[in-house]
Amino acid sequence: MSNLSILGLYDNPDSAADALDALHESGFDSNDFDVLTGTPYPEGAFGEHVPQHRLFRFPLFGAIMGLTLSVFLTTTTQIVYPLITGGKPILSIFAMLVIMYEMTMLSAVVTTVIGILFESRLPDISMNVYDTRITEGLIGVSLVCSTDKKDVAEKALKDAGAMEIKSSGK
Amino acid sequence: MQQRRILSEKQINAELLNGNLATPKWYFPVMGVLGTGVIIGFITILYMFNRGLGVTGLARPVYWGLFITTFVFWVGISHAGIMISAILRLTQAEWRRPVTRAAELLTVFSLLTALFFPLMHAGRPWRIAYWLLPYDFARGIWPNVRSPLFWDPIAIGTYLTGSTLFLFVALIPDLAILRDRTTGIKKGIYTVLALGWRGNPRQWQLQVVAGILLSALMLPIFVSVHSIVSWDFAVTPAVEGWHSTIFAPYFVIGAVHSGVSAVVTMMCLMRWLWKWNNYIRPEHFDALARLLIVVATAWLGFTFLELIFSLYGRDAPEIALRELQIFTWPWNLIFITFLLTGYIIPVGCWLFKRCRNNIAIMFWTTILVNVGMWLERFLIIVPGLARKQVFVYTWEGYWPSPVEWIIMTWSFAWVSFLMLLFARFFPLVPLFEAKESQVFTTEMKVGRATVPMVIRE
Repeated sequence: MSNLSILGLYDNPDSAADALDALHESGFDSNDFDVLTGTPYPEGAFGEHVPQHRLFRFPLFGAIMGLTLSVFLTTTTQIVYPLITGGKPILSIFAMLVIMYEMTMLSAVVTTVIGILFESRLPDISMNVYDTRITEGLIGVSLVCSTDKKDVAEKALKDAGAMEIKSSGK
Repeated sequence: MQQRRILSEKQINAELLNGNLATPKWYFPVMGVLGTGVIIGFITILYMFNRGLGVTGLARPVYWGLFITTFVFWVGISHAGIMISAILRLTQAEWRRPVTRAAELLTVFSLLTALFFPLMHAGRPWRIAYWLLPYDFARGIWPNVRSPLFWDPIAIGTYLTGSTLFLFVALIPDLAILRDRTTGIKKGIYTVLALGWRGNPRQWQLQVVAGILLSALMLPIFVSVHSIVSWDFAVTPAVEGWHSTIFAPYFVIGAVHSGVSAVVTMMCLMRWLWKWNNYIRPEHFDALARLLIVVATAWLGFTFLELIFSLYGRDAPEIALRELQIFTWPWNLIFITFLLTGYIIPVGCWLFKRCRNNIAIMFWTTILVNVGMWLERFLIIVPGLARKQVFVYTWEGYWPSPVEWIIMTWSFAWVSFLMLLFARFFPLVPLFEAKESQVFTTEMKVGRATVPMVIRE
């Protein structure tokens, strides 16, 4: 059985929250539907499931990776290609710390950005139905369901006060 | 926010995308002028590469001049972005919203421009590889990790990469708005850049967390970058006026002073050029001017501390240098101008609310600050080298040549050109921040007064 993407459009947050309740009552799981807005609303404003993320692990991983790489770079380059200046020791810890610090931070930032994209599920190449009016203030309630549940889903969205319902086959 | 206006999402889109969806009348003439400046600058740079550094005013013992002064100046300006964006995000300051994007952008373009100057200063930039990359294994030479000249590109590279990524992440929701408002090839490009953003709760949650997390990561980088730039000077014991232990915090606070001032200058221009009066309001200038009074006073404190520390040791060469900087012509004129423009005139104006709320006064006073801050860098770098040293027999004073002046002026045209180019295709004020402000702010009746409220999670 093929899947279908359905989108209900609402002009206020209360109706969108009602639509989510109606979908729950019609037997749909929280993972089946999503709320689409053009602006961030407070968490749980639509009674939606508050998503969990593991973003904080990414900078930690990146920092460890950057630190390791920088220790390797600064130490090995000085030992393999020694350049003695003023009879001072080859391994200059203070100078190495500057580079280690910068590389640690750089790696943490890069992995954080990778983490943000990964946890946000971007890039999103799903072809689920969408409406450009969402970025103009309308609130979309989007769900993916099998074709046999189309009528149930559309009824739930409509009863909650949807201005318009759009659907597309997948 | 007492001057808050209630705006619909549609109106916010229409007003803040007015420069992206249509070309303002002034745009092409202004870009034409700036573009001419950029071309003249590049031709001059190529001329200098062809003829060598002999066409500049640099000569022993003054081997660091206008280029390095301008390099430090642009690195300083770049500190605006993270100062404004990160600190205000972390403290959840409501008035940050219209400012963050422009500040981050200024960081990216000024850093990019700053990078040009050490390259040009090297005379033969293609040999920069000798300095940064492993080369010629036969001679067993590797970049010297103990040199501040190696720390510099690492720090600036980190800051530039981080700032660019920070800028891009915060731009994604606005790219989706542009994707939804355009057609044809433009729509295709914005669709790719928006990465399929749909605006579900997960994406918004991550966007908010990302702003805070990246701010927290960028702040230590921001402090380190100008500290490292200051160590280019501070770890040189041979030059009086450079070898100072307080240079790192002194440079950082000076950078914040010039950077935040540059953001205010830019906000004035944004308000005038795109008529964003609903978003960039006098209350924002008022808040920034209050912040600038604190920053400028801290910076002035460091300026005097640096002077006091150098004189306290009663070291004859240090005293001779300070005498040159403060009492000898033409340095004394530069010194007085720098104090007047960097602190006395602007802070004197900002003490009055009428001035803080006057956009034209804020524009001109912040321009003055940056004139003063440029002069400060010139005063730090050049007199220490220009002073006649014992046992130095090849000696002459320094005055920048026309080539150096043209290249310095080019840098201003170049940054402005890049900013306007960006503004043509991407919004300078974050739309989603402006919309979020509408959702999270409201009014409450207390007795007969209506009080503005900001909701925080």
